[in-house]
Amino acid sequence: MSLDPATVRRIATLARIHVEEDELPRLQAELNGILGWIEQLNEVNVDGVEPLTGAVQMALKMREDVVTDGGYPDKVLANAPERAGDFYAVPKVVE
Amino acid sequence: MSLTDLTIAAARDGLRAKQFSARALTEAHLTAIEALNPALNAFITVTGERALAQADAADAAIARGALAPLTGIPLAIKDLFCTEGVRTTAGSNILSPFIPPYESTVSANLLRDGAIFLGKANMDEFAMGSSNMTSAFGPVTNPWKRKQDQNAALVPGGSSGGSAAAVSARLAMGATGTDTGGSIRQPASFCGIVGLKPTYGRCSRWGVVAFASSLDHPGPFARTTQDCAILLRSMAGHDAKDSTSADVPVPDYEAACARSVRGMRIGVPREYRVDGMQAEIEALWQQGLQWLRDAGAEIIDVSLPHTKYALPAYYIVAPAEASSNLARYDGVRFGLRKDGEDLRDLYERTRAAGFGPEVRRRILIGTYVLSAGYYDAYYLRAQKIRALILRDFTEAFAQVDALVAPTAPSAAFAQGENMDDPVQMYLNDVFTGPADLAGVPAISVPAGLDANGLPLGLQVIGKAFDEETVFAVGAALERVAAFNALPTLRAGA
Repeated sequence: MSLDPATVRRIATLARIHVEEDELPRLQAELNGILGWIEQLNEVNVDGVEPLTGAVQMALKMREDVVTDGGYPDKVLANAPERAGDFYAVPKVVE
Repeated sequence: MSLTDLTIAAARDGLRAKQFSARALTEAHLTAIEALNPALNAFITVTGERALAQADAADAAIARGALAPLTGIPLAIKDLFCTEGVRTTAGSNILSPFIPPYESTVSANLLRDGAIFLGKANMDEFAMGSSNMTSAFGPVTNPWKRKQDQNAALVPGGSSGGSAAAVSARLAMGATGTDTGGSIRQPASFCGIVGLKPTYGRCSRWGVVAFASSLDHPGPFARTTQDCAILLRSMAGHDAKDSTSADVPVPDYEAACARSVRGMRIGVPREYRVDGMQAEIEALWQQGLQWLRDAGAEIIDVSLPHTKYALPAYYIVAPAEASSNLARYDGVRFGLRKDGEDLRDLYERTRAAGFGPEVRRRILIGTYVLSAGYYDAYYLRAQKIRALILRDFTEAFAQVDALVAPTAPSAAFAQGENMDDPVQMYLNDVFTGPADLAGVPAISVPAGLDANGLPLGLQVIGKAFDEETVFAVGAALERVAAFNALPTLRAGA
């Protein structure tokens, strides 16, 4: 199946990536090239196969549900592009 | 012999015997970086002062007899590993201002064992690439040149291209890398060095900038299998901070390198003999098998029937996970911010400006295959095929101890080649991708040169958590291949 320009734009919106109008045709061609190549997976019979989510199957470890880290807001906020006190600052979202 | 030519094992002995100081060893590498990094661009950040302070601490430790496994050994750290107080970019503009307030577990393990960090190695952006051409900090040049064309700048492979080039050119004794589709083994092959992708879970992913979490494998580069074994032993081990970290003992890999392959069963996966394979790669593969036969191993043909579907499945699973992992780069909490009309516009402009074309493509593919209505057709199907690929390996390993195959379908290519069609670049990982999907360990060992005088690697793939056999077979190939060719650009040349 092939993506049309509207679908490419919708995906870019879902991914929150700004795309200029003149970038669309090239992007569409590249994505369709990749998806076309992936189509060959449809040849494989996967009836009754359980999907593999991770490489090595192991039981996840359990631990006590307690706080093990934290308490250093300055470290956490050290890389913030903009901060206000102990908070991240963003453009106004509620008028 | 120059200090920069030493192996890690030899430097360890020399430091212990006080033949030279850690400071002298570190200075020799910093001098080499100063001379050659402008041409190679292997390092994004060089931490010279910090390295010298670590070297002095190492010399003090040696003086009081407090030796750790890597005391005084200078290494390069792929710029995907967070290093406390040292900028970590993942090769991306979006992380260009990022200074981690914490240390990744793998790099912390290396520091615990006395290693010295020379700096942060260049890489494809977010480890997405096979040529190091996608780095926001410029391409890395392979220290090897074509015999007939010394002017052409070749790629070092990728994504861990800076790590591989640094070790090959003797700017570092070893390096860390990560392998998600081949990003350790393919650059190791292109640069004529050894690179190992351990079993999934062997090395903690905590503090490693995430690309595709179920596929990301941290691992070592060095110029010998023994040196890789020394590094892996320090890097590996259980980590409570990574829920997928394996709580299994870490054996003595160095000892495993000395094991004989006599009586071992070595599998030759017939599906790796692809149409159009270069004759010299096929010949090197046959040569490698003959070497192992001569060393007393039994060579057995095996089948991994789903091999050809590994890469297309990878290009669903990896972008899907990447689109999710990279959602965190929103211009709010860390990294680059581009202002917009409102918060949503800020997100979209930050991500458009911060991510390069390959990363944007993969995020879009990942977003699409996970989107409503397409999940079953793409992502679920790819995970079922991943299960079949693992089954192929499991069935093969019921018959053999390890598999041997070429690492990459070609030697290093020129910068700018394979750039027009993304799929063409993806095909570089045709022999490496399957082991990532299955999570099994694999090593690339330099085994010969092509007609252009460029290195070619052979790959040994083993059972999960059996890196020891991988090291044993890799070291056996290394002993017979006696690969001693040197790159054109190197310290002391």
